Amino acid sequence: MSEVIVVTSGKGGVGKTTVTANIGCGLAMLGYKVVLIDADTGLRNLDVVLGMENRIVFDLTDVIEEKCRLRQALIKDRRIEELFLLPTAQTKDKSAVTAKDMQDVCGQLREHFDYVIIDSPAGIEQGFQSAVAGAEKAIVVTAAEVAAVRDADRVVGLLDSLAEIRDPKLIINRLRVHMVQRGDMMSLEDMHDILGLELLGVIPDDESVVVATNRGEPVVTSENSISGRAFKNIVRRMLGESVPLMNLDHREGVFNRLRKIIGLG
Amino acid sequence: MLDFLARLLGRECPGSKNVAKERLRLVLVHDRADVSPQLLQLLKNDMVEVISKYIEIDEKGLDVTLERDDNQVALVANIPVKKMKRVAGNLA
Repeated sequence: MSEVIVVTSGKGGVGKTTVTANIGCGLAMLGYKVVLIDADTGLRNLDVVLGMENRIVFDLTDVIEEKCRLRQALIKDRRIEELFLLPTAQTKDKSAVTAKDMQDVCGQLREHFDYVIIDSPAGIEQGFQSAVAGAEKAIVVTAAEVAAVRDADRVVGLLDSLAEIRDPKLIINRLRVHMVQRGDMMSLEDMHDILGLELLGVIPDDESVVVATNRGEPVVTSENSISGRAFKNIVRRMLGESVPLMNLDHREGVFNRLRKIIGLG
Repeated sequence: MLDFLARLLGRECPGSKNVAKERLRLVLVHDRADVSPQLLQLLKNDMVEVISKYIEIDEKGLDVTLERDDNQVALVANIPVKKMKRVAGNLA
């Protein structure tokens, strides 16, 4: 049975594209057939994050305008079997893809893939509305800061009213563990209290993500990074496994020992 | 000095996250209920007008807010009463 999932956030810059690329790679690494759709027409980036930017011939808008067949626009990943990208156009605007277009394309793709994952543009206007139209599930990406959480909450309301998606899952990106410990950043519990969504996972703020993006190799493909492990855990949770949240606490060394000695730990 | 030590050791958490949380709660109550502060003020004015017909109230102490429970939003009005008015027609 195939699933069509939209990754969205409302606010820009919280990591939708990174999340889309990594969970897509993660699922494909486990042998599932995955296609990622870039719905951010005019500001496409999923191709760069995946390192496929030089291989685009046709895109989503060409498919819609019937300049090519759907399978001609799909780019196959060179590293991971069963991972495909459907890029969008960089020189057109969001009006080039309607809600109906997305429903048609998703409907066709789900016949051939286990997972169809849509990278939504930021905002709540037409681009977002088209992106969610073909989806039946949603992942809301947010950061532990006021503006991102507020926008996430707004998007949750719109997912319900526009696409009848009632139980989106939450991913908290770029959590700064030391700031949470200091009481200067909202914790997972705080975020759950406020948004009331089921938590799919937490990605700690990690330089490896930047390095991976520089190279066009999603961090989930690397063995040793903490964020890569976090993405792997998210993928397992998507498959229905019960995976406990990672321990992100790295307070060790002299302070921690001192705390224990004098009874504060 | 003790304060400093406690903070250094991570005991005290007087951090800014509680401010963030509290501000978010309020903002989201309004976002979710789709009620602007202006609308709330209009409602407040009308309430004062109606209630003042029957009861003398302390307008300065009047507080009308939206509060959120787990799954519902309630309009909570705290209205200090100065005294009841004697309205002859009302008793009949």
